[in-house]
Amino acid sequence: MTIYNLYIFDRNGVCLFYQEWTREKHPGMSQEEEFKLMYGMIFSIKSFVSRMAPVDFKDGFSSFCTSSYKLHFHETASGLKFVMNTSLNVGSIHDELQHIYSAIFVEHVVRNPLSKLGQAIDSQLFKTKLDSYVRGLPFFTKVN
Amino acid sequence: MSRQGGRSADPRKVSQELFTLTYGSLVSQLVKDYESDEEVNKQLDKMGYNIGIRLVEDFLARSGERRCNDFRETADIIAKSGFKMFLGITPTVANWSAAGDEFSLIFDNNPLTDFVELPEEHSQLNYSNILCGVIRGALETVQMDVNVRFVQDLLKGDNQTELKVKFIKRLEDAVPAGEE
Repeated sequence: MTIYNLYIFDRNGVCLFYQEWTREKHPGMSQEEEFKLMYGMIFSIKSFVSRMAPVDFKDGFSSFCTSSYKLHFHETASGLKFVMNTSLNVGSIHDELQHIYSAIFVEHVVRNPLSKLGQAIDSQLFKTKLDSYVRGLPFFTKVN
Repeated sequence: MSRQGGRSADPRKVSQELFTLTYGSLVSQLVKDYESDEEVNKQLDKMGYNIGIRLVEDFLARSGERRCNDFRETADIIAKSGFKMFLGITPTVANWSAAGDEFSLIFDNNPLTDFVELPEEHSQLNYSNILCGVIRGALETVQMDVNVRFVQDLLKGDNQTELKVKFIKRLEDAVPAGEE
């Protein structure tokens, strides 16, 4: 089991944070373009999923799998979007993404008046806390 | 002050009095800094807005609330959950408009004004105007554009304190660049 990378977007589509732990393959484009593409896809999937749904549902889009990786998605009521890629054998990580939001993001970004909302996060404390939380997750196994 | 008994367990909570008095000195400083009550009201609203857009994240993280389906649900959550969490009070939701787009929050006890008497020369001052900004900022972050204002105030000799919240429109998700 592996965690590949994590994106955090705000409700305007700004990528607030990006980190990769294990990423074997890189897209042949600038990071800025990659963020736009990722946000665009998430946005489209959300509207696709809500339009195509044959029944009323609350949670909306939560994950998709390909043959080689799994993308997990979590959105807060305030429109923050957490996107994490892991290997296929990881189950639902809804609680973990919620924890990143409530115990790390809110605690070290929202409660820090010096960190401007709607801009990339440059708090070192946030980065350290997040990194150690992710590395401590049971399904984080770095493959060397 | 019976409320405080159960609170000391949570180190993040401060005494209600400290909060009330700090807010009082903020207002009195603003009254010194600005010439008209109107301007003070505006500043309080602006500060409240800046607090609200951050406070809402704290609220969502701690309460685990999800997106509301309608404005009535919003009203309930603000009164029963939001005010309870941050001020330890539960205002009454009342006076719904026929269209369901406007309601009042009625306070029989406003912790911000515990030790306040409004002097006559400040009859235009909405002492607790910061609350209007907080509600507006918080709801804007969850994509609701609202208008919040005081219509009655105990400090001004009314029978109760009443805050009117009017729904204006739903704010849409930002569309990614290059997609329409």
